[in-house]
Amino acid sequence: MTKKKVIKKKATKKKVAKKASHKISKGMVFEYAPAPESTKVEILPKYGNFIGGKFVAPKSGKYMESRNPATGELITKIALSNASDIDSAVKAARKAYTETWSKLSGMDRGKYLFRIARIIQERSRELAILETMDGGKPIKESRDVDLPLVAQHFFYNAGWADKLDYVMPGKKVKSIGVCGQIIPWNFPLMMAAWKIAPALACGNTIVLKPAEQTSLTALRLAEICKEAGLPDGVVNIVTGAGETGAALVEHKGVNKIAFTGSTDIGKHIARTAGKTDKKLTMELGGKSANIIFADAAIDQAVDGVVNGIYFNQGHVCCAGSRLLVEESVKDIVLKKLQKRMKQIRVGNPLDKNTDLGAINSKEQFDKIKSLVKQGKTEGGEFWQAPCSLPTKGYFFAPCYFVDQSGSASISREEVFGPVLSITTFRTPEEAVIKANDTAYGLAAGVWSEKGSKIHKVAAGLRAGVIWANTYNKFDATSPFGGFKESGYGREGGRHGLLPYLEVR
Amino acid sequence: MFDVSIKVPGGDKITIPHFPIDMIASNERAKSFTTRSIKKDSKMDALLLATSMVDLTTLEGMDTPGKVKQLCGKAINPISPEIQQRMSKYDNFREVPKVAAICVYPSMVPYAAEALAGSGVQLASVATAFPAGQLPLDIKVADVKRAVKFGATEIDMVIDRGAFHCGKYQKVFDEIIKVKEACGDAHLKVILETGELKTYDKVRLASWLAMEAGADFIKTSTGKVSPAATMPVTHVMLQAIADYYDYSGKKIGMKPAGGIKTSKQAIHYLCMVNETLGPDWLTPDLFRFGASSLLNDLLKQVFKQVTGQYYYDDMFSLD
Repeated sequence: MTKKKVIKKKATKKKVAKKASHKISKGMVFEYAPAPESTKVEILPKYGNFIGGKFVAPKSGKYMESRNPATGELITKIALSNASDIDSAVKAARKAYTETWSKLSGMDRGKYLFRIARIIQERSRELAILETMDGGKPIKESRDVDLPLVAQHFFYNAGWADKLDYVMPGKKVKSIGVCGQIIPWNFPLMMAAWKIAPALACGNTIVLKPAEQTSLTALRLAEICKEAGLPDGVVNIVTGAGETGAALVEHKGVNKIAFTGSTDIGKHIARTAGKTDKKLTMELGGKSANIIFADAAIDQAVDGVVNGIYFNQGHVCCAGSRLLVEESVKDIVLKKLQKRMKQIRVGNPLDKNTDLGAINSKEQFDKIKSLVKQGKTEGGEFWQAPCSLPTKGYFFAPCYFVDQSGSASISREEVFGPVLSITTFRTPEEAVIKANDTAYGLAAGVWSEKGSKIHKVAAGLRAGVIWANTYNKFDATSPFGGFKESGYGREGGRHGLLPYLEVR
Repeated sequence: MFDVSIKVPGGDKITIPHFPIDMIASNERAKSFTTRSIKKDSKMDALLLATSMVDLTTLEGMDTPGKVKQLCGKAINPISPEIQQRMSKYDNFREVPKVAAICVYPSMVPYAAEALAGSGVQLASVATAFPAGQLPLDIKVADVKRAVKFGATEIDMVIDRGAFHCGKYQKVFDEIIKVKEACGDAHLKVILETGELKTYDKVRLASWLAMEAGADFIKTSTGKVSPAATMPVTHVMLQAIADYYDYSGKKIGMKPAGGIKTSKQAIHYLCMVNETLGPDWLTPDLFRFGASSLLNDLLKQVFKQVTGQYYYDDMFSLD
């Protein structure tokens, strides 16, 4: 991309009642030249599955394409695995569990985890770039949010490995065996870390299936496990699509399934696994509310709303996709929100100045477009930031609907895109009722400068995570998970270890 | 805190609204501008723009006419002709602008006025018993009048932080009104001394108070109190300016002062102005850097952008 002259002179609008012994000169249009991340990352032409400590070709010999959603270019090919690949992986995991991993002391398991964490830090630039190429998220997010959290989850859980006696004082805990883990495409490496780190700390072995759209960083994590000297078979990574995941859920040798993804698939998995003795944790969809009271710090609340819904293109299960704003400050909030949204830079995810990257896949792009199209027929007003979009790839400008009814599609359905639904309320009670008026219950945000109000409102909200005067803040020490159709089980913190332990 | 009611000259009352700021989230937003990556042409533009926005400052007890005159020379010709010529051989050479202003103590104004005559560089004088502001109003006003009489075109006043902290907002307001009157045609920059106000709620209130009282610019600091300008506190003031523009239609200028030493920092400030107030504010008429060592770093980077190589520090005069 070449951009020649980036400055246009523009005459300042009418001078304002100032006598000009000082001339008022023109302001500058300050355009940021492209600043693409230039580091090259080595990528092989194709990747097999990581089973028993080795990369092996899928039994069917079939591969899927892995494309960059920002450009449509082919990055590499990854294995399309079937039930027999899953079977080899589960067997490798079982062998590793019985012969080595379950016999190691917590301290020794911790050493491996610490080592993995350090290698992730060392290779974080490479991992961030790969994550951005594969999934379309802005490099500044993969670099500043995803990767630090990935490393933190390994460090944090490494610390637990030799302290499991204190997870539930007075009780004995024990590992459960082979864990099947299925993760989504929105935070590929971070979700892998959330799943792998606690499972290993607790002494289990793993078969992980990453999302078919974004498997590359998980495969890179396999290399890292190898580099850290992790015993063969402790972590196995099998790529593939829906049937691959189904084979993992159905496999008799798996003791536990941890799933993060859509509520529809979650329900399907729960039905299947419900017929067996597998343990289950589910982290599913959301339609989380951000509640702005009139006594909030409005500028920061607006920043929080932007971060809540437009972070990672809105591909966030806990995205603050519903904004409830006290009616008396609706106008000022909308005005400031529009102004702020106009500053969001949509474009090449590898550009360090990009705030909003590419929509992850064509399917998701079509889904967002169709929901927005439908939303426009359901009343209220629609506003979209007037930003220029790249001509190639899947890009969607940030937008919102305001004053739609609670029954409108955009108010109820998880769009999983940069689309916000805005409605008003009058009293704290009404805010709580409206916030809870959803099938989901993953997260919520409360914005007020009045502490007592925050506590009262938070107590009434049926959501797993509640943020006060902030949003989308994640921490390995803090449990994360949902109510209602957002799932069950918690990840992170002490709570996040329990699904990976038998308690006696 | 509550809304503050203020009596304006003529007897009417106005309200200075309480507008709470969440410090943690506000700092986070300010920090986000430091991840902007400004390269190539954009960087060149930013460096030259920043140079034209510098209020080249000397405020020391040991200031002398000689020192001030030298500084004025630097303001008019930031780069020596030799370096200018060296750079002019390159295709992407662009003229290095003069700085916006010189900023000195009132006693130095006559010397600076003489040295700057006809140059187009503004002459700013701190006044009103700078930096503490702890003198009676009539002396502050006399201080201002004298500086203007001897040629200051801009006055950098300090607010009475003592009065502000004990809730005498009317007194702070009235002083600004009186100083503004004494300024005549000179531009008025009101220094809040944010390092002494501490909370952002107070910074926001003081910003609004100053703008309602007729400030042409609001300015963070004297440079004598630590911390001086920071990006977060400047961001709070920029947002106040944005809201004040929406409310009144008046464009108020902003001057962070003290602590901005590198080109990189200056560019991050410009990104913040760009994304908070918009391009209209990217002019020396509405944004200034109160700094001294910043200038040479800007020049060094300009040289690098033009020629592709760094010149050693000694080549940029130390005035």
